[in-house]
Amino acid sequence: MSKWLKAIVMESMQHVNNGLELITSVDGSTEQYLSFTLADENYGVDILRVQEIKGWERVTPIPNSPHYVCGVLNLRGTIIPVVDLRRRFDMPIREYTSRTVVVMLKVEGLTKRTVGIVVDGVSATHNVDPESIQPAPGLGVSVSIEFIKGLVLLGNEMLMILNIDRLLSVEALG
Amino acid sequence: MDIDISQFYDVFFEESFEGLDAMESELLGLDIGSADSETVNSLFRAAHSIKGGAGTFGFTFIAEFTHVMETILNEMRNGQRDVTAESTNLLLQAVDVLRGMLRGVQKKEATDDKHIAAMHRRLEIMLAGENVEAQANDDSDLGSEEQIKLASSMGWLIYFRPNAHFFQTGNDPVRMIRELASLGELSSELIDDKLPPFSDFEPEDSYLAWQFTLTGDIAKDDVVDIFEWVDDYCDLTIDPIMTAESAEIEESVLDYAQDDKEQISTPIENKQKSEITASPTVKPIEEEAPIDNENLKVTIAPSASSIRVGIDKIDSLINLVSELVITQSMLSRIGDNFTPSMLPNLIDGLAQLERNSREMQEGVTRIRMLPISFVFNRFSRLVHDISEKMGKKVKLELIGEQTELDKSVIEKIGDPIVHLVRNSLDHGLEVPEQRLAAGKTKTGLLQLKAFHQGGNIIIEVHDDGAGLNEDDILAKAIEKGLIDATDILSTDQIHNLIFLPGFSTADVVSDVSGRGVGMDVVNKNIASLGGSVEVESKQGEGTVFSIRLPLTLAIMDGQTIRVADENYILPLISIIETIEIKNTDIKQITGKGELYTLRNEYIPIIRLYEVFNLKPHTTELEQGLVVIVEGEGKKAGLFIDDLLGQQQVVIKSLEDNYRKVIGLSGATILGDGTVALIIDVSGLMALYQEPSLAVLTRNEQVA
Repeated sequence: MSKWLKAIVMESMQHVNNGLELITSVDGSTEQYLSFTLADENYGVDILRVQEIKGWERVTPIPNSPHYVCGVLNLRGTIIPVVDLRRRFDMPIREYTSRTVVVMLKVEGLTKRTVGIVVDGVSATHNVDPESIQPAPGLGVSVSIEFIKGLVLLGNEMLMILNIDRLLSVEALG
Repeated sequence: MDIDISQFYDVFFEESFEGLDAMESELLGLDIGSADSETVNSLFRAAHSIKGGAGTFGFTFIAEFTHVMETILNEMRNGQRDVTAESTNLLLQAVDVLRGMLRGVQKKEATDDKHIAAMHRRLEIMLAGENVEAQANDDSDLGSEEQIKLASSMGWLIYFRPNAHFFQTGNDPVRMIRELASLGELSSELIDDKLPPFSDFEPEDSYLAWQFTLTGDIAKDDVVDIFEWVDDYCDLTIDPIMTAESAEIEESVLDYAQDDKEQISTPIENKQKSEITASPTVKPIEEEAPIDNENLKVTIAPSASSIRVGIDKIDSLINLVSELVITQSMLSRIGDNFTPSMLPNLIDGLAQLERNSREMQEGVTRIRMLPISFVFNRFSRLVHDISEKMGKKVKLELIGEQTELDKSVIEKIGDPIVHLVRNSLDHGLEVPEQRLAAGKTKTGLLQLKAFHQGGNIIIEVHDDGAGLNEDDILAKAIEKGLIDATDILSTDQIHNLIFLPGFSTADVVSDVSGRGVGMDVVNKNIASLGGSVEVESKQGEGTVFSIRLPLTLAIMDGQTIRVADENYILPLISIIETIEIKNTDIKQITGKGELYTLRNEYIPIIRLYEVFNLKPHTTELEQGLVVIVEGEGKKAGLFIDDLLGQQQVVIKSLEDNYRKVIGLSGATILGDGTVALIIDVSGLMALYQEPSLAVLTRNEQVA
């Protein structure tokens, strides 16, 4: 794992801890999101759903699976499917490099599962006031609106917050 | 304070069912004539605690029923009553009925009240009747008692003549007739001999009389109850239904029927008459009883949602956990203020943690292991019942009952073994005359054996019966079109024909076995557990079915294969052989399908890269290998690039985090940490025949 990535992991772990403190101290009025990039777009996921962040390593492809399911990898003895978000959102495909990142997310549905997503890179964690999250208008983004929980403006940048339970549901992976 | 007693129901049911199981096996082990006092004692204790529990929880009818059993057993215990085959059989049936009652209460389902009442009655009669006989020191057997029992459950002839002033007492015969009809099948005959000429007719008087025939399994009390209030205003006789042949004992039954209190004396009075045994009325009951047993057995198939674990296993786990806690606190102390000098301590601690967790894993896995006696024990009853029904003498021997198997295997292996045992009893073992004629002992031997053999568990069902009849099997297979008349088969091949779907040599479909679905289902069930079944038979000497099962479902022997850039694991058990083939051996079918001729057998070639949509290195069959595999009795040749190593693999589920994939049974982690997928041969064949399956299941998931 490259150094900067490690730093981010450490930092995000730190943030997870801080986040917990924050949430308890400010009566849950702030939520923390991990942001990552895909092409030039910024996406965010609830940081409490992030199990861990790994560097890309070769996965084992599953025959006859949808094109956006790269395959499965071994996460300490558990078999985890990995979804390429660029392919999921029909963005131009990019070669995987050692800097490609896999974010392990805890997905809730009928059963709790862990699913990895391949993203270009993770950027930062953000404290977000839930009330500042606006519903997505469904324009100008490559992502079908049903997978977007809302939009947040952070300075000049817009963060699209993903509904991972819907995006990575069993049905969506089949 | 109110205590919600219902929270203890589960414990009561669990204990009661266990008590009944114990009673059943003790009863079967009871030596007729010279009962071991310890056995009778434990029978008594089991009945006693069920009675006590039922009383506590307010299941009065269960308590009452059990009370009678308990009393009988108590007399046996005190030596006041001989242990006879009849009494043992009756108690066994009572155990079944009691189990049904408990099941009914537990599931809040309706129970067969009539059946229960009849059984209750039979027990009471046995209690009363035999008691007297025992005191009178008389050996004459249960003849009359049987008659009465049977009569009580056949039905009743009721003669009912209301008095002339019947209506003035405010009663209405119609109501009674309705109630009678609700008890069972009622037919009536009107007797109008007292009907006066119309001129003399008094509208407020009752002139009519009826002769009712009430058939069904009805307690006399129920009938008497209906007429309880009108006893003084009518002529009433209630007689059990009798046939002409048994008219002689009718008298005794009548006595009995007249007055319940007299019943104790009747058997003595009718000692002589009671020797009439062969009565046609015996038939229906005897035929009915085993069927009821069957029904009960089906409904009580154990659904072990909880398991009982030996205390030693739990103790060792608790020890391990406390060690783990110690290791954990040591590690966290190191972590609290870590300096580089503590590195050796940390490494030690981590090594200890690793050892602890490995031992924990083993310990927890051991909890799932149950002795196969859970499966074997039910067979003593099954063998007892079936052999009796078929007039065969069978001795059941259980060997290696303590062999441990994974709980999930234990749950699924029961039915296949039941099939095999029934087959052995039905087709294998002969009736005593035939056995004597063949120079064998009268009693056939049925052996159930479980043991370990090189990472596998072997379960054998062995009988010393007639063996498989090869000529019959051949003839049947040809008749069913399974083979050609011209085929020449080895003995082994002939024996294996019985595992083909739709094969059955039984000419008549009996309810024991022979529905023609038996053996292939057995084969399929065992294959789904990752095992296999083999048969070995010598005509005239017996048959051995051996079931081979993997020690645990989580580990299997795998063969690593390479297809294009990917490695897959093929279960070793499904591989028959691997061959290099020549293009000349391949036959094309309509340009697409390919068939390979292996020893006169046509085997379809499945190109794995095609089925799995991979980019092939080569499409030339001659450059790769063909693995001949078998799944669900069908063979196929898998075209692969190369064979790599063989190894034991731990099966991991794909479904936990992803979903089921057709053609794959799971995944495993190789030594280098990468994931390899495990091929499911039968699924692969289905996928090959119907490539749209892969897409179909996907759509199904969405829908």
